[in-house]
Parts: sequence; C-alpha cells; structure tokens
Amino acid sequence: MSNISIQSVRKVYPGGVEAIPGLSLEIEAGELCVLVGPSGCGKSTLLRMVAGLEELTEGEIHIAGRKVNNLEPAERDISMVFQNYALYPHMSVRQNMSYGLKNRGQKKDEITRRVAEAARILGLTDYLDRKPRQLSGGQRQRVAMGRAIVREPAAFLFDEPLSNLDAKLRVKTRVEIRDLQQRLATTAIYVTHDQQEAMTLADRLVVMNAGHIEQVGTPMEIYARPASLFVAEFIGSPPMNVIPAAAAPDLAGIANADADLRIGVRPEALRLVENGPLKLTVRVIERLGSTSNIHGVLPDGKTELIASIPGDSVPAPGETVAFEVDTMDLHFFDKQGKRVAT
Amino acid sequence: MRPKRVTFRHRWLPYALIAPQIVITIVFFLWPASQAIYQSVLRQDAFGLRTEFVGMANFERLFSDPLYLESFWTTIAFSALVASLSMGIALILAVMADRVIRTATAYRTLLIWPYAVAPAVAGVLWWFLFNPTIGIAAYAMDALGYDWNHYVKGSDAMALIVIASAWRQVSYNFLFFLAGLQAIPRSLTEAAAIDSAGPLRRFWTIQLPLLSPTVFFLIVVNVVYAFFETFGVVHATTSGGPGQATNILVYKVWRDAFEGLNLGSSAAQSVILMVIVIALTAIQFRYIERRVEY
Repeated sequence: MSNISIQSVRKVYPGGVEAIPGLSLEIEAGELCVLVGPSGCGKSTLLRMVAGLEELTEGEIHIAGRKVNNLEPAERDISMVFQNYALYPHMSVRQNMSYGLKNRGQKKDEITRRVAEAARILGLTDYLDRKPRQLSGGQRQRVAMGRAIVREPAAFLFDEPLSNLDAKLRVKTRVEIRDLQQRLATTAIYVTHDQQEAMTLADRLVVMNAGHIEQVGTPMEIYARPASLFVAEFIGSPPMNVIPAAAAPDLAGIANADADLRIGVRPEALRLVENGPLKLTVRVIERLGSTSNIHGVLPDGKTELIASIPGDSVPAPGETVAFEVDTMDLHFFDKQGKRVAT
Repeated sequence: MRPKRVTFRHRWLPYALIAPQIVITIVFFLWPASQAIYQSVLRQDAFGLRTEFVGMANFERLFSDPLYLESFWTTIAFSALVASLSMGIALILAVMADRVIRTATAYRTLLIWPYAVAPAVAGVLWWFLFNPTIGIAAYAMDALGYDWNHYVKGSDAMALIVIASAWRQVSYNFLFFLAGLQAIPRSLTEAAAIDSAGPLRRFWTIQLPLLSPTVFFLIVVNVVYAFFETFGVVHATTSGGPGQATNILVYKVWRDAFEGLNLGSSAAQSVILMVIVIALTAIQFRYIERRVEY
C-alpha cells in the first residue's frame, strides 16, 4: 500500500502544446482514483507521467514517499494495463505474465508460484500455454491484468483498459477489476472517458478538462454537487439539463434571477405533474425498461430538456406536459460556469 | 482477405490493360530464358560456324568442373556475407532511427540515398576508395599497418565486393526494418520497459522476435540480390580476380560466354541460376502466403 502524490505537475510537449498547465493531486493508499474527462483533457498524459513513459516539464511526482521524477518506469514499482493490452504476441500467457518477474531476477519457483496464483484469481489457469491471438478479447484483458498483478506493485495504472471490450463484457469486467483491486488493496489510478465506468469504479473521482482538474470527490459528491457546469454536464446519464434562467421564469424562487444565471436539473429529479413550472412539448420518448426518457422543448422553443421518469405511462410525442422539481434539486451556475451557492 | 472483383464491361479492356506487362515479361524474360534453355543443350565451336546438340553434356561437365564448384562456394560465401553485413548494419541503423523523434524524415531520406546509386557506380566508388595506389581507405589501412591490395589478395578482393554490394543494400534493408519496427505498437515496448527490460533486452526479446517475418523476407531478397544483381559491382572492381577469388556464378556466366566464348556452358550456367532464383522465390511466396506465425 502506498500513496501517490502529484505536485504542481506541468507538461508541455515538444512543439509547444501545453497538455497540462499545472496540476496537483493526492491519491490515498489503497484507493482507486479514477481520472475522467473528454479525450484530449490530459488524463492519459498524467497517467503516463506517473508511469514514467512521459517526462515532466515541471513539478514532482512521489510514489510511496519516493520522488520518481528521474526514475525509469521499471524502477517506480508500478504496473500498467494498456488500452490495447500490449500483450507480447509471440509469448504464451505464462511467458507474458512471467516476463517482468524474470527480468527482475526472481527465482524460478517464486515466478511459477506467483503466475499460478494470478492465473487462479483471474481464471486463466487453463489458458497458460496459449498465445494471445488464441484468446478472446475478455481473456486478453485478463492476461493484461494478470501481468499487472503478478508483480505485486505499489500501484496499478489503468489506461482505458475496458474500451476494447463490448458493452456487456465491459460491465462484467468493471466489477471484476473493482473486486480485485479491493481484495489486493493496491493503490490504483484508472483513466477512462466513460463517465458511467468512472462513477461505478471510483473511490474518488477526478474530473478533468483541458489539462486541469474541474472537481475531485467521491462519485456521489460529484453527482450531487457538481462544482461547475462542465462537471454537471459530463457526469450523469442522461446528462443534466441546463436551462437559462430566462427560459424558465416560473421555477421556484428565482423570479428575479440575473439573466446569465443557468439552472441545472438532473433528468431524474423532474416529476411529471398535472400543473408545474416547466412546460414541455414532447418530441421523442426513449423507453429503457424501468425508466423512460422524455425529450422535449420548453415554451421558448429552443431550450431542450430531458426528463427521466419511472414506468412506461408516458405522454405521446406532440403533447405538452408539465414537470415540477424540488428546490434542493436545482443547481445554479454563473456566467463562467461556476457553481453558485444557494 | 476479401476477394476484390472488378467487372469490366468491355471484353478486351482488361487484356489491353495488362498487355504492357505481359509484353515486357515475354520480351525480357520468357524469350531470353527459353533461348538460354535452348542454348544450354547445344555446343558451338569458337567461331560460331557449327552447332551441335549435346543433350545434358554441358551440365555434366559443369558439375565435374572444380572451377565451377569453387565458384559455387564463392557465391554462397559471398551472398552470406553480403546478406549478414547489409542486414546487420541496416538493423542497427533502423533501431537507432526508430528512436529518433526530431528530424526523423531527414535521417531516413539520407539513409535511403545509396539505393538510388547504380551497382556499377557503387563499384567504381569503392574501387577508388580501396585502390591500393590512390585509394584513401587503402591509405588509411596502410597507416594502421595493414597492407591492403585486392589485386593480389583474394580475401581483400572478396571483402571489397562484399562491402560494395552490401553498402547499396543497406538502404533497402533499412527501409523494411524501420517499417517493421514502426509497425510494432509503442505500447509493447512501453509495457516491456515497465516490465524492467532495458533497451537491449527489449530489442532481443520483443522487437527482434516480432521482426522475424521481415528478417526472413530480407534474407531471401538479399541472397537473390547477391546471387544475381552484383555483376556490375564485380565487373567494376575485381573482374572476378585475383584468380578465381571473386568469380561468383553470375560473373562466371558472362566471363565464360563473352571472354571464354563457351556459349553452351554459359547458357547451362544461366539455367542453373534460373532454377536457383525460382526456388528462392517459391520459398518466399510459400512463406508469405502462410503469413506471420508467432
């Protein structure tokens, strides 16, 4: 168990592109910290700097209390799972998993023991002599995991490890990764662009945008109190509705709001009622089984809104229906997109 | 592979489109090749007045001729040296170029240049460098205490044609090695770096095994090159000498025909060379069809 400390890290690529203008983050021992953000937000760059695959322009990174800026990736006591798994195609599963141990000069029986143990945990025992190309996508992903855990490192680094799997397998593997990380209690950084994956996996969620951190917190904190409009719209599915104050003058308590104020309402906070402050002209209904998403526009004719309501007793497209919302479920954001205290 | 099919509406258009290639193949390959086969079973007197059919006699004589067998061994040694030298140097250069990020294109362009030099020109170039009287390389070796003279020493002559032939081929091999190296996903080398493999170990255990299809392909290409395309180099530098030291098969074909005027034997030698190149090509096609097997 160890913690990772990222202190005022800055990254400028040769050519002058500033990927990360300056970022600090503390990751507690044993915690699974998820970096989430749209592509190009610098999350992978940050992970690769922790791994030692990318040099820092400024700042310091400490792993387990040790400054690692000038250490080779091999000396940082980390292991990494790559998006494309990066399995060695000419080696069997067993060789793939033991490669790192062999290079570190571990004893033969120790290697055998650890590989057998990892294979047992991951259900790969029957596949140890196969080559990666003889495995399915999910099995390859598990081999990549196996290669990471046999080393018993101070930290795991995951770089979008599930994005090459199909949707069903992704959900299943997500749970497996979480389970494994909790059992091993190893500190982990996990990079993803999928907000749902981020929410379900994280002990702590770091939402990144354009090289800086928008918000850090537990998934529920971030969901309940997004610090900015960016976070509000990024986390949650379907995304939070953002309504200009002028478009919904009847929403409780904001009759005299200033014109730039924007109101955020989660689709699932809206309740269908006989008579409410939000009148919606229905356009499309999405039925998801337990809930239905109602897409429509407000009376101003341009503000779109999504409401997520339970059951399937839904209005028909073209109808106008009314919604109400509790005051405590309203989020307010100023002109710059910052959260405004209520 | 999905079969690609193009349907032409005109019946003769497809034939017209491949006609130039077919014509070139007939005029420059099929016709001379058939002439060689025809000549190889004939014997002509030195003045070309009489020609008689001798069956396999030309071949029988070749295989009992110590000079021909010696030339065979010389060629094998020569092609092995050319292939290993040019591939070795090319691989080192490719590995280094692969690591270069800035101005990579400039390096690559420079390294590819020698391939554009005609073999005979390359031969002359090296002949000047290594000329025992005026060559700067010979002069430098003299200063180091080695008396270079490829007119007298067979091993020096062999070294000269190996260097001159390999030099040109380095560019070609370099291109393929570099492409092969760049086709290896970066994340593999990164994973290996995290797995505590240093650059050298990464090369031997990850990059080289993954390059093996390229290595095999280049071995065949380089052997074919050394067997068949080095006439110009030999002719411009050593002319097969001293003695028989650098008289490789393809040079001997020319020498026996145009200096020895033994057309029948020369044709028989051409046929043997043809069989060798067909065999090498067949091996290569078979392998490429079977694709990469790690």
